[in-house]
Amino acid sequence: MEHQHHTTSPEVTVHHHPAEGTKRIWKTFWVLLIITIIELGLGLLMYATSFPPFINIVIKGVIIILSLAKAFYIVSIFMHLGDELRNMIMTIVVPLLLFVWFIGAFLWDGDSYKNLRNTYDPHHKEQTTKPAAKPAAAPHDAQKPGEHN
Amino acid sequence: MAQAVPADRKWWSGGKSPFNVEYGKLMMWYFLMSDTFTFGAFLISYGTIRFSSNSWPDANHVFNSFPFAGHANLPLAFVSLMTFILIMSSVTMVLAVHEGHHMNRKGVIKWLAWTIVGGLAFLGCQAWEWTHLYHQGAWWGSNPFPNANGSVASSNFANFFFTITGFHGFHVFSGVIINVIVLIMTIKGAFDKRGHYLMVEKAGLYWHFVDLVWVFVFLCFYLI
Repeated sequence: MEHQHHTTSPEVTVHHHPAEGTKRIWKTFWVLLIITIIELGLGLLMYATSFPPFINIVIKGVIIILSLAKAFYIVSIFMHLGDELRNMIMTIVVPLLLFVWFIGAFLWDGDSYKNLRNTYDPHHKEQTTKPAAKPAAAPHDAQKPGEHN
Repeated sequence: MAQAVPADRKWWSGGKSPFNVEYGKLMMWYFLMSDTFTFGAFLISYGTIRFSSNSWPDANHVFNSFPFAGHANLPLAFVSLMTFILIMSSVTMVLAVHEGHHMNRKGVIKWLAWTIVGGLAFLGCQAWEWTHLYHQGAWWGSNPFPNANGSVASSNFANFFFTITGFHGFHVFSGVIINVIVLIMTIKGAFDKRGHYLMVEKAGLYWHFVDLVWVFVFLCFYLI
């Protein structure tokens, strides 16, 4: 019943029984394509209309959740991680929990820096909130890369 | 579809793979996990700077061009094409891995070749986009696009855009090189001699990871 393969590697592994057809692959492709189209639709919706900021944040939250769903499908089906042993999956997935702290702490830090700067540096606040006198677009012959910062 | 493993099997007594994964494939997974943190650090630093700014350029006004479309305003159109190309090449890669499971050399060659075509098409699109942005005045240290609130933007936007898409593009490039090497090995019959196509699986893991990173680059730079 058990097959041992991988004759060049010293350790024993049990044979994975490969899937017979490609139905699961194509189904995943359609899921990814449809999620991407929904994401684009939401992105263009935000572009075409002017919702209040709160609604835009909700839409962006939905787009982030849809992207995480895409990531799950790619890792689980295309990379076959879902077919591995549970302990092996956990050694990959558990360290990723660090991202919860990583994202939260750093975005909080950025936001805090913005608020402190706006409070104590009125000049900076004025410069970054008032519209420019004219469009700032400058071709390279007027302004070489690296000259301006 | 979890694997069925006999309950009395003593995995940890030596000589076996407790995770039932070949050494090289397991190490590819751990490399990809570390690479996830590299890309994560890049994208989070981008997020931190964006959160610390009062305003930021609007992606829909920056990325609105399409090759041969002149000055037509087409927000998100070109990057949608790039995303589609990368998803498609991920599908052809998983089909190559599937053929490898069935020891079908011809099938592996066909799908791996299509994956390489997709990777090159993506790199071509990125080269066009970078060239176009450069001619608009954007480069490291130079950002012509105003903030969404109309104020003058710093060069942060351009710096992060070129650094992160450049780092991702470099991964795509190295992925294409790896796929070409594996394709040549397949054509020469190296994996039939070995008795397994694990190398195609490992190259596939790397290629899917490149697609996975693009999901988040696309999200962070173009969508939100």
